[in-house]
Amino acid sequence: MSDLNKLGLASARDALRKGETTAVELTQACLTAIDGADALNAFVHKTPEIALERAAAADARLQAGDAPAMCGLPIGIKDLFCTRGVPSQAGSRILQGFLPEYESTVSQNLADAGAVMLGKLNMDEFAMGSSNETSTYGNAISPWRRGNDAAELTPGGSSGGSAAAVAADLCLAATGTDTGGSIRQPAAFTGTVGIKPTYGRCSRWGIVAFASSLDQAGPMTKSVRDAAIMLGAMCGHDPKDSTSADLAVPDFEAMLSGDIKGKKIGIPREYRMDGMPGEIEKLWADGADMLKDAGAEIVDISLPHTKYALPAYYVIAPAEASSNLARYDGVRYGHRATLAHGDGITEMYEKTRAEGFGHEVQRRVMVGTYVLSAGFYDAYYNRARRVRTLIKKDFEDVFATGVDAILTPATPSAAFGLGEMTDADPVQMYLNDVFTVTVNLAGLPGISVPAGLDKQGLPLGLQLIGRPWEEGDLLNTAHALENAAGFVAKPGKWW
Amino acid sequence: MSIDQNTAARVAKLARIKVEQDALPALADEFNTILGFIEQLNEVDVDGVEPMTSVTPQRLKRRVDEVTDGNQQAKILSNAPDAREGFFAVPKVVE
Repeated sequence: MSDLNKLGLASARDALRKGETTAVELTQACLTAIDGADALNAFVHKTPEIALERAAAADARLQAGDAPAMCGLPIGIKDLFCTRGVPSQAGSRILQGFLPEYESTVSQNLADAGAVMLGKLNMDEFAMGSSNETSTYGNAISPWRRGNDAAELTPGGSSGGSAAAVAADLCLAATGTDTGGSIRQPAAFTGTVGIKPTYGRCSRWGIVAFASSLDQAGPMTKSVRDAAIMLGAMCGHDPKDSTSADLAVPDFEAMLSGDIKGKKIGIPREYRMDGMPGEIEKLWADGADMLKDAGAEIVDISLPHTKYALPAYYVIAPAEASSNLARYDGVRYGHRATLAHGDGITEMYEKTRAEGFGHEVQRRVMVGTYVLSAGFYDAYYNRARRVRTLIKKDFEDVFATGVDAILTPATPSAAFGLGEMTDADPVQMYLNDVFTVTVNLAGLPGISVPAGLDKQGLPLGLQLIGRPWEEGDLLNTAHALENAAGFVAKPGKWW
Repeated sequence: MSIDQNTAARVAKLARIKVEQDALPALADEFNTILGFIEQLNEVDVDGVEPMTSVTPQRLKRRVDEVTDGNQQAKILSNAPDAREGFFAVPKVVE
């Protein structure tokens, strides 16, 4: 078989089980593709020895007829996941040289399911960003271009390396994490599928923390079926994460009937933003028509507090980040600044953090420090947490009327050029998450499905939001949308 | 609420991040932009609304209070920038 790296998880799995290829061949095809794609800067730590060793072990299990769900399937791991003995820097200089002595639960679950780790993927520093431009490794670059224009585009962020790698067929799938849209926005920008499950579905243990009440891991894949397979392998109860849900994990793939007859799909009027490009509006309307044609009932709904989601997020996420990132003090791991004669421990902290954290991370840590400081805690932090309660209630009210899923655009635009937002104020960049951030605040599952191309030939995605714990039903609706949209475009290879 | 340079310096100090004096005006400006955006939250009527503590209603799991882990001194120190004689080493803290 040729072009093995272009397969998805389901087709590769089926080929492996029929003996049409081997895990080692699949892995070698991906390693070759990775070595030829340094221009994308997606893989920032390559682990070919680990990959080939795991692939050989997977082939032995396949031979023995003892193959688990992801046996022999080569994937990339976002740099935010701690992987034993392999650099895990969260895209930050402050974790330079850090070699975890332990493995994150999600990456361990994937390894236990037989998946083959190819290496670690680029990302925004500490997952703070929407364009992968805050990484200590430099920008990840999208394989997509605007026609023949050679301008470099963002693959989105924070899981930019994951999105670029999957879209460019460097791996069959990748892990991502999503605090405000960091799986769904890059998936939309690169024509891939990304699902953020319900808060508590995936263990956060061993994933470098950004905002603990919002962070969730999820798969980034080439199809909805692949997302169902990989999500099943990633999630499950973990006693090491006190917020991990002790719930059975259904067979998500078995729930992909594509039948959505009688399902009620809500269209939230508050997501119709001023200045929304006509192409996005049309994509959204087309998506609703597709679901209607597949037998769903389309209903207008209202989520009245939508407008306040981003401001609430930009209080809560920095507040939690300022607390989580206090651990980077130059004492236990990572970078420590060179000290001048006479410097004490305070100078060590301050110089280490100034050198180790990039600009955006420093800014968010300081904003978080401010909103939690004496005198402002109630006005900012507690108010934002009250607004968060209202945002979640908006969704509960809608689901109580029998709505099964909510359809929205995934992003307010197609991918933008790297550097194009440099001069904009930070709030302009934050607006990328306007459609996705509500889902994190409410703890719900959300999936981005590629649904079309804009006039410049760049992918656009639609988002479906589901009821808590009903990822299976959500994936099935996404599967119906995927079938109807028939998105097959791939970026032309220039790298 | 407007943040001046003194407040920006105080926040940087609280966050234990060294910010040079000449970078403070730009930092204060950025804070003001972000806080201006956050000010929208004041439009929301939150009377009687509880601040969210857990997005998924759940009772935190409990376990028996016993030692389940330990004896990993070498592993714990393996990533330290400076470790000596089984301890993390830091600049002098007490005169």
